[in-house]
Amino acid sequence: MDNLERIAGQARREIVEMIYRAGSGHPGGSLSSVDLLVGLYFGGALAKEDKFILSAGHVCPAWYSVLNQKLEAGSEKRDKLRKLGSEFQGHPYQKMADFVETSTGSLGQGISVGAGVALGKKIKKEAGIIWILSSDGEQEEGQVWEAAMFAAKHKLNNLCLIIDRNGLQIGGQTEKITLLEPLKEKYEAFGWRVMEVDGHDFKQILSAYEEVRNSDPAKGMPVVIIGRTIRGKGVSFMENQLRYHACTLTEEEYKKAKEEIK
Amino acid sequence: MTQLKQQRDYFGDALLELAKTNSQILVLTADLETSLKLTDFKEKFPERFFNVGVAEQNLIGVAAGLSLAGFLPFAASFAVFLPGRCFDQIRVSVCQNKANVKLVGGHLGFSNSGDGASAQSVEDIALMRSLPEMVVLCPFDGQEVASLVDLAAQHNGPVYIRISKSEVPSEIKNKNEKLKIGGARILQEGKDLTVLSHGPILQEVISAAENFDVEVIDVYSVKPLDKETILKSAAKTGKVLVVEEHSIYGGLGSAASELLAGKYPLPIKILGIPDVFGESARTREELLEKYGLNGNNIARAIKELT
Repeated sequence: MDNLERIAGQARREIVEMIYRAGSGHPGGSLSSVDLLVGLYFGGALAKEDKFILSAGHVCPAWYSVLNQKLEAGSEKRDKLRKLGSEFQGHPYQKMADFVETSTGSLGQGISVGAGVALGKKIKKEAGIIWILSSDGEQEEGQVWEAAMFAAKHKLNNLCLIIDRNGLQIGGQTEKITLLEPLKEKYEAFGWRVMEVDGHDFKQILSAYEEVRNSDPAKGMPVVIIGRTIRGKGVSFMENQLRYHACTLTEEEYKKAKEEIK
Repeated sequence: MTQLKQQRDYFGDALLELAKTNSQILVLTADLETSLKLTDFKEKFPERFFNVGVAEQNLIGVAAGLSLAGFLPFAASFAVFLPGRCFDQIRVSVCQNKANVKLVGGHLGFSNSGDGASAQSVEDIALMRSLPEMVVLCPFDGQEVASLVDLAAQHNGPVYIRISKSEVPSEIKNKNEKLKIGGARILQEGKDLTVLSHGPILQEVISAAENFDVEVIDVYSVKPLDKETILKSAAKTGKVLVVEEHSIYGGLGSAASELLAGKYPLPIKILGIPDVFGESARTREELLEKYGLNGNNIARAIKELT
C-alpha cells in the first residue's frame, strides 16, 4: 500500500506538471480519479489480456501519468501533454497513440465501445476484462444507459465500469444540475452488480478489483464500482473547487501544488 | 431494364451471401430488422445478429467495439437515425478510430413517403461526406447494391451505404462492369450535357435522358469521387446537371461543384430537394413531383441546358 501511495504521489505531481506545461487541462478530475487508476495498473488486478478504456477522456493526464510510471518513461514525457504531434493528446486519440484502444473525449461513448469489445471477447471465447473509467458527470449522457441495458442483456460479466464519483461537474454540484442519485440503485435496477468504495483508499479499491477479477462467471452480470472521491484530491486549494475543472495553472499554483503533494 | 425489386431486398440478399463466405461479418440493428430485410440473415446466422434495441448511439459504439475485437460489423438503421441520431458516435467512436465498421442507412430521401418529415432523410450524405476517413456509397440497381456491399467489406475503414425501399432494376443491361470505391459508371454517352446522379432516382434520369444527346453518369461513389470520369465528361460537354434525392446542400451536387470549381469551372445546375424537409404523401412520386424531382422536371432541366 505504501508503494501505491508513493506512485499516486508521483502521478499527482506529474499531473500538475503536465497541465502547467501544456497551458491547459483538467486537474480536478485527474486528481480525483488517479488513485482508482494507480490501483488498477499497480495493484495486480490488470491482466495482460485485459483492455482499458478511458471513457472520461478529459482526465487523461491522470492516465498518462500512470502509464509514464508503468512504462518507466523518462521525464521528457511530462512535456508532451497537448503538444503538436504528441501521443498525449488533450483527449485520448487512437490515431496518434497506439496505447489508446478507442478515441474518447465525447462523453458516453467509451462505455458502448467497451461493451462491444466485451461482447467480441465473449463470442471469441477469449479471456480478459474490459475496464472502463467513467466520471459522474458522464452518467448524464443517455448513451450510458443504452449501454447499461445492453451490457446486462448480454450478460457481459467481463465488463467493469469504474465511476469517479467526485460530485462536481463543470456547472457545479452534480445533484444541483440533475438527479444522479440514487446511482447505486439505478445500476442495480439496470441489472448490474454494484460495489461502492472510497476512491482514495487503496485497501478498498484493490479489494473491489480483486473481487471483479475472481467473480463467479455464472452470475453473468457487468460490474460497476462507484468510487467516492474528492475533486482535486491532494492539492488543498484545488479540492472541491470548480475553478480547477479545466484551467491554466500559474507558475505559483504549480509550485505550491507540487510542494504540497506528498 | 430487368425485373424490379426493392433496393433493401437486394441489400438483405447481398449481406446474407457475403456472410456465408466471411465469418467475421456481424449484423447489428436498432430494432429495424424487418424494415432493412435482415430477417433471412438472422435466421441463417442467429449468433451473428444483434438487435440492440431502439438505441442508435449504443448501436454505433458496440459496432466500433466489435470491430476493435476483430469482427466486421454492419450496423443498419434508417438514414434519419443512422447517421442522423448518432453522428457524434460515428465521428468519434468510428472515424477517429478508423474502425472497420460498415454503416447502412435505409429509406433514403422520399422513399418513406407516408411517415413524413421526421422519417425522410434529406441530409445524410452531407453529414457523412464531412467526416474524414468515411467512404460514401450510393448504389442504384441490385447488382450495384451487391457489389458495393462486397467492396465495403473489403475496404479497411468506415463506409456509409445509402439504400432505399424504392424499387429498382436488378441490373442495367450491358452495364455490368466492375465497380470500385472511387468509381462511376457511364450509363449513356452523349456530348451536349453531363448528368450526374446516384441511387434510385437514376431510373427517372435514364428515362428523361434517353431522347437527348447527353452523358448520364451513375456516381455510386460519392466519396471518394471518380474525378477523372467526371472531369473528362465535363470537359467534353461543357455543362453539368446533378440530380439527386438529397438536399441541394452537401450532397453530390456540392461534391461535383467543389471538384469542378477548382479544376474546370463551368455552368452547373443542382436538381435536388430544395432547402426544406419532406412531408407525408401516399406515394414517393407525389413528393418527387411537388419538390421538382420527377421525370418531367428532370427532362425540362435537361432541355433547358442543351
